[in-house]
Amino acid sequence: MAAPGTTAVAAAPRKNRIGLTVLDYRGGKTTLCAGCGHNAISERIVEACFDLGIAQERIAKFSGIGCSSKSPAYFLGRSHAFNSVHGRMPSVATGAILANRTLLGLGVSGDGDSASIGIGQFVHLMRRNLPMVYVIENNGVYGLTKGQFSATADSGSTLKTGAVNDLPAIDTCALAIQLGATFVGRSFSGDKKQLSAMLKAALAHRGMAFLDVISPCVTFNDHEGSTKSYSWLKEHQEPLQELSFIPAFDEISVDYDPGTTVEVRLHDGSRLQLRKLETDYDPSSRSRAVARLMESGSQEAVLTGVLFVDEKAPDFLTRLGMVDAPLATLPADAVRPSRAVLDEVNESLR
Amino acid sequence: MTNDVTLQIATANGSGSQSSNTVLLRSLFQMGIPVSGKNLFPSNIAGLPTWYTIRASKDGYVARKKEVDLLVAMNPETAREDVAGLPAGAAVIYDAPLALEGSRADLVFYPVAFDRVVEPITGDAKLRKLLKNMAYVGVVARLLGIEIAEVDAAIGRVFGSKAKARDLNVTAARAGFDHAAALEKRDAHRVERMDANQGKIVVDGNSACALGAMFAGVTVVPWYPITPSSSLVETLSTYLKKYRHDADGKATYAVIQAEDELAAMGMVMGAGWAGARSMTATSGPGVSLMSELAGLGYYAEIPGVIFNVQRVGPSTGLPTRTAQGDVLSTAFLSHGDTQQILLLPGSVEECFSLAVEAFDLAERLQTPVFVLTDLDLGMNNWMAQPFQHPDRPLDRGKVLGKEDLDRLGGFARYADVDGDGIGWRTLPGTDHPRAGYFTRGTGHDENAAYSEKADVFSRNMGRLSRKFDQAREILPPPVPCGTGKEKVGIIAYGSSDPAIRESQDQLREERGLETDYLRVRAWPFARAVREFVAAHDRVYVVEQNRDGQLCALLKLDLPPEQVTRLRPVAHITGLPLDARSVTDEILEKEKV
Repeated sequence: MAAPGTTAVAAAPRKNRIGLTVLDYRGGKTTLCAGCGHNAISERIVEACFDLGIAQERIAKFSGIGCSSKSPAYFLGRSHAFNSVHGRMPSVATGAILANRTLLGLGVSGDGDSASIGIGQFVHLMRRNLPMVYVIENNGVYGLTKGQFSATADSGSTLKTGAVNDLPAIDTCALAIQLGATFVGRSFSGDKKQLSAMLKAALAHRGMAFLDVISPCVTFNDHEGSTKSYSWLKEHQEPLQELSFIPAFDEISVDYDPGTTVEVRLHDGSRLQLRKLETDYDPSSRSRAVARLMESGSQEAVLTGVLFVDEKAPDFLTRLGMVDAPLATLPADAVRPSRAVLDEVNESLR
Repeated sequence: MTNDVTLQIATANGSGSQSSNTVLLRSLFQMGIPVSGKNLFPSNIAGLPTWYTIRASKDGYVARKKEVDLLVAMNPETAREDVAGLPAGAAVIYDAPLALEGSRADLVFYPVAFDRVVEPITGDAKLRKLLKNMAYVGVVARLLGIEIAEVDAAIGRVFGSKAKARDLNVTAARAGFDHAAALEKRDAHRVERMDANQGKIVVDGNSACALGAMFAGVTVVPWYPITPSSSLVETLSTYLKKYRHDADGKATYAVIQAEDELAAMGMVMGAGWAGARSMTATSGPGVSLMSELAGLGYYAEIPGVIFNVQRVGPSTGLPTRTAQGDVLSTAFLSHGDTQQILLLPGSVEECFSLAVEAFDLAERLQTPVFVLTDLDLGMNNWMAQPFQHPDRPLDRGKVLGKEDLDRLGGFARYADVDGDGIGWRTLPGTDHPRAGYFTRGTGHDENAAYSEKADVFSRNMGRLSRKFDQAREILPPPVPCGTGKEKVGIIAYGSSDPAIRESQDQLREERGLETDYLRVRAWPFARAVREFVAAHDRVYVVEQNRDGQLCALLKLDLPPEQVTRLRPVAHITGLPLDARSVTDEILEKEKV
């Protein structure tokens, strides 16, 4: 996708379809720990937006509080960002997207931020099917407060101190599927290919695209006994499908065998091909998806891939019947009724 | 006594008496007599006792009056107690089976067998129960001299297009009216037509706030139901549906019922950040929940309008009773050195005009603006001048667009380039590579970048303080009343206003005590407040809370030598303020 005239110059950085280099999509220097899964996710976000040629000015980044919620400072430096308060990113993002429906919302949260303090807002956001991408960088532990369990920590997993978690984990994917999100996936920060395809599909989806990305905390939760460590994920990740994302502007046709592959056509015309690794998995059934997640939990497997997708359900903004233009910048004459209207109202109160 | 009467109607909650009471209020209003109504209701769907007081006053007094002249006793639960509380000479219309006659020798009793009055109207027993309430309207009309044609007209308005209900109620009112012809009038209270209400409207403060918000151009309205604010957004929704759509019928607004007040406030902040005129409406418990996000709004400098229709706290308190109890906590809502802008409308006209102004101020000052009304102002009906169409264009504040950025080459979000403490902002979605900035509640420098540096932090907090201080003179100024030359001053705000005006008259007429009155309409206070205190020997600060909350704010704001002039007159009963209580307390304190 190089711009004309640059193909022959080997040293020039590759440009995307809107003439930007991958460097243009970077943010500030990360202050997270070296090896933190969150940094890898930031990298994938940068690549996905670069590859898709998304204008960063269209994107609004949202986050709550925690290590994960700091990370929007480290990618897409040209985008507007709102690092809000703990657990309240869903409402802040909802308000912003209501104000300007042309924004592409990208929320980054953590397991503490979403599954504990923010669970109330999280479930209602999923239920509304607000069009945005919502990523939980899930490491099962509170990092900034130095290593307490979060609500996604698996039962039986241990802290570095040896303390054992005896409560069941909240499965945010199962919740999201049950509540009405229309694109739900789970991935692993170390699975470059899967996460990249999933992020691109999420960005192309119209509706709530929720991704739970297991993202190991190298400082507090990467030890033996943790079920959110790099080594645990390497051994226990069980991908449901092999994903390929074909953007709308890419006109290549990719043949696939409908017996082994499901193709999902996304809102903007791009396609997501799911080559089934688990042959009878059906990502269009909410109940089956939830049941399968429950099974995997008891099998110590970390099921990844696109768990559920519904490209047809109306999103929140559609249901509200709003004008197409952003509410934020409607001209005064569209939002302040006339003197005649006020006269009519006054008359009705006499 | 003509055109000076206070009625109290005692019924059970959920019995349908609200329509009857509104009809009575409207009938008096239509006769050109100044009138006000106060609904004193319980936190309950049905069954608990409820009272409605209507005051007709030729002098235009609309505050609650404690002394009742005419009681309509329909509730067996409270009838004896209600009668016991009446002053000598009062009259009692009561449902005959209550057999109240003889319970006091110094009252006039009018027993009415309401069951018999409504019996011929319908065979439906449930309906008859409701119609009894309209029958008392007819009885009151006959005894007081309310014109029955005005009762008919008021019923027509209350029941609108529901012809069958309207006709049944007219029949019931007339049945009561006819029945009462047989009663011998033995009390002195009566009303007659006058001409004091030309051009006026009747409206509650919540509707007025809603209309103000609509004419301010509000676009994003997240909310969570809570008494007594719910009707504000419900009314707003109705008006928006009617008046705010484009040529294709698409909405130029979004009203969202949020999952709680935290989410409502989060959505207000998100929308305000993205450039929308956004608001929510709530009451004390909701404001408490909004605290953290309100602090974010202050520190990250995000506009938004929050209507707080105050009820009685602490905690769940008295959810259906009125108070001015959130002034102090809202002024500093959230942790750290947070300060919040408060607007304090004192009438339904101001509910409208200050609502309009609140949106301009929020965007001008880039901060949350809290509009504090209360249950009395918000849920009761008030006479008012018709609302005035805003004469100023929308003030959208300092926003840089693409062309500005092309010209400037960039911007620093929190730089005080104009010396007023207010930076320029961009809106997400602005098509310029330098438009984006990182909004955060963490420490930040002028460029909105993360910073924990001591000098950066204190410089930023200093600028915020300057911005807040300079807001004094652009907020709605206080309203003076009086010659300005008296020794005794009164400061009050909000729904206390009618009681204060009446109290000023009482103090003058009964004791020859002249007072000046300053009605405060915003925090931070204008300089004029300081000047008022400086010009008076003693200043009574009257408010509807226990601790004298506005008085406490004044003490923080005034120079030390002025603080000793302040005398709190703080009342909290859950009932709307009455003039007599204010007068008595000021006189008591003046003796010392």
